[in-house]
Amino acid sequence: MKMKKVLGTVISLALAASMFSACGAKSDSGSGNAASGGSDLIKVGIINNDPNESGYRTANDKDMKNTFTEANGYSASFAYSLKNDEQIAAAQKFIQDEVDYLLISAAGTSGWDSVLKDAQSAGIKVILFDRTIDADPSLYEASIVSDMAQEGQTAVDWLASQGLSEYNVVHIQGVMGSAAQIGRTGALDAQVAANDNWNLITQQTAEWNAETAQQIVQSVIDGGQSFNVIYAENDDMAKGAVAALDKANISHGVGKDVIVMGFDCNKWALEELLAGNWNYDGQCNPFQASYINDIIRDLENGKAPAEKVVIMQEKGFDASKITQEDVDNYGI
Amino acid sequence: MKTLEKPVQQKAGKKSTGNLLTKLIKNQIFIPIAALLILVIFNLIADPSFFAVTLSQNSAGYPVLSGNLITILDNASELVILAIGMTLVTSASGGQDISVGAAIALSGSVVLRVLCGTESRPEALQAPIIVAFLVCCVVAMAFGAFNGVLVAYFKIQPMVATLILFTAGRSIAAWINNNELPIISDESFGYFGNFIPGIPIPTPIFIAIICMIIIALVLRFTKLGLFTQSVGINAESSRLNGINPEFIKFITYVILGLCVAIAGFIKVSRFSTINYSVVAKDIEMDAILAVALGGNALSGGKFNMAASILGAYVIQFLTTTLFKFNVISSALPAYKAVVVIILVILSAPIVRDKIAAIRKKLSAQKTTVKEAAQ
Repeated sequence: MKMKKVLGTVISLALAASMFSACGAKSDSGSGNAASGGSDLIKVGIINNDPNESGYRTANDKDMKNTFTEANGYSASFAYSLKNDEQIAAAQKFIQDEVDYLLISAAGTSGWDSVLKDAQSAGIKVILFDRTIDADPSLYEASIVSDMAQEGQTAVDWLASQGLSEYNVVHIQGVMGSAAQIGRTGALDAQVAANDNWNLITQQTAEWNAETAQQIVQSVIDGGQSFNVIYAENDDMAKGAVAALDKANISHGVGKDVIVMGFDCNKWALEELLAGNWNYDGQCNPFQASYINDIIRDLENGKAPAEKVVIMQEKGFDASKITQEDVDNYGI
Repeated sequence: MKTLEKPVQQKAGKKSTGNLLTKLIKNQIFIPIAALLILVIFNLIADPSFFAVTLSQNSAGYPVLSGNLITILDNASELVILAIGMTLVTSASGGQDISVGAAIALSGSVVLRVLCGTESRPEALQAPIIVAFLVCCVVAMAFGAFNGVLVAYFKIQPMVATLILFTAGRSIAAWINNNELPIISDESFGYFGNFIPGIPIPTPIFIAIICMIIIALVLRFTKLGLFTQSVGINAESSRLNGINPEFIKFITYVILGLCVAIAGFIKVSRFSTINYSVVAKDIEMDAILAVALGGNALSGGKFNMAASILGAYVIQFLTTTLFKFNVISSALPAYKAVVVIILVILSAPIVRDKIAAIRKKLSAQKTTVKEAAQ
């Protein structure tokens, strides 16, 4: 931790030094012609959550690093933390370093007002990605987010389109209160409430944990209840549920007794779809970098983004239609 | 363990001859047994089919036993193994190791790293499973030794010392595998966390039983139990009696490291993969709780290993019961908390002494009344 801080200071000092030397050049090229020359790189400070947090975050971080490269005309610095206060401190440091853009995936939704105002008065443009924050929209240029409720709705619509005469759903939830859980639960809850032939056999949280999900499904099976849909709010939990099904010799997948649904589109999960062992996987798109890149290019050309909130396109994959190409392109 | 307990029991026996109940309540193992009994009775009344165990085939065509009881025994295995080590650590150092969850992620990551080599999705195993297991044992024991050195020789509070690994462990685990999530396709690796083909009982149950037998033999035939307890009760006087308290504390952390390695191995074997951020999450709290439910003082000293192990089974029994009764997800922690608070209060030595004292008073009054009547 300390090592990281020392390293961070050294890097930021080095950056600051290089900035002073580049200062003159920069004011010259401020005329608007944003040619991606070698000397006038766009400086971005990226504040993200810890890449170890999940496969989603790892893919997200990789995507950022691949997009904001020197070859693409960027000079990027990264700061990672799962804690809001550490992220805010990192933002303040980036403001002192006089970055051009501040890209933030906030750990928490509140407490950002003052630092965003600082950024604004320093002429730094802020773009939020992945997560929104509770601040006045005038404080940031755009936010690129996933609509978790839409993800849930897409999945539920797909399930409804399967035309089963009765839906007996085992619903395995993520950590209660997380955005993904709320969005993905909401759509299913609404559908169950609105339709008589949709029943929740059980609705429990496995806290994103495969083993807990296995125990929950096991307990449903041991209790002798019958069901025909597993709706798990991430891939790990779907995997755990499938382990319980396998143990009890209950068939699952395309054209089998139980429909298995997961979220997040891990590569291995899409391979399960390809093999026909699962039926559906909903995407939670971690690839915001290209959206951000477009917005920055527009802003550099003096064009404000068309929409403040950009909701990313997210797919839902159906096992009967998925191809190897999808697995390669969308697997994280 | 035995040598320390006997005099106490004898004394209690002499004082209140015939008062079985007092003796029973006085006994440490009473609380976890009572808790188990309550859970069993509760489930029997609510739904007797809870205890049904059936033999059926799994999707691979092998016979497997299934039922809630099997689930409890199976899924409690890792916790039982951890409770063994945690009891020793608690007894000797008067504190707890809160890094076991992170250490499980770490040791599991090591297993996968050895088995996968440099690929994240190998077609075949890159090393024999036993090698992976041994490497994982060595690594986990080394981290246990690290904790042990901090606690025993640098005299750092156990919770603070193990906080280091608690914070860093999962990141190190991710780093070991280059942030990738390796998946092992070889089926034989899954045997240790699931079933060996043809044997209908889950393998973790066997592994837990083996661990219990080993620790029982160790406590029976070595002085480990006596030494840890005397160090925990009074380190200075044990030193004067020729015991090296630092070394005893150190060795309990290494033993816990070994327990972590075994538990971590089972954990990764269950799904042949790992998720660094959620694997064995909060298991350290459950392990500490198992020790507390066993009526062991968390401040160290005397311990009862069997009670800790039973405590671990009680926790899993409770979890499975709550799943079975389909408690609303958002309320689940609250239910668990209420039960745990009751159990922990009941198992606190002070409360047990008080209850026993009240019982004794009551029976004494009764006898005087009887005597007066005669």
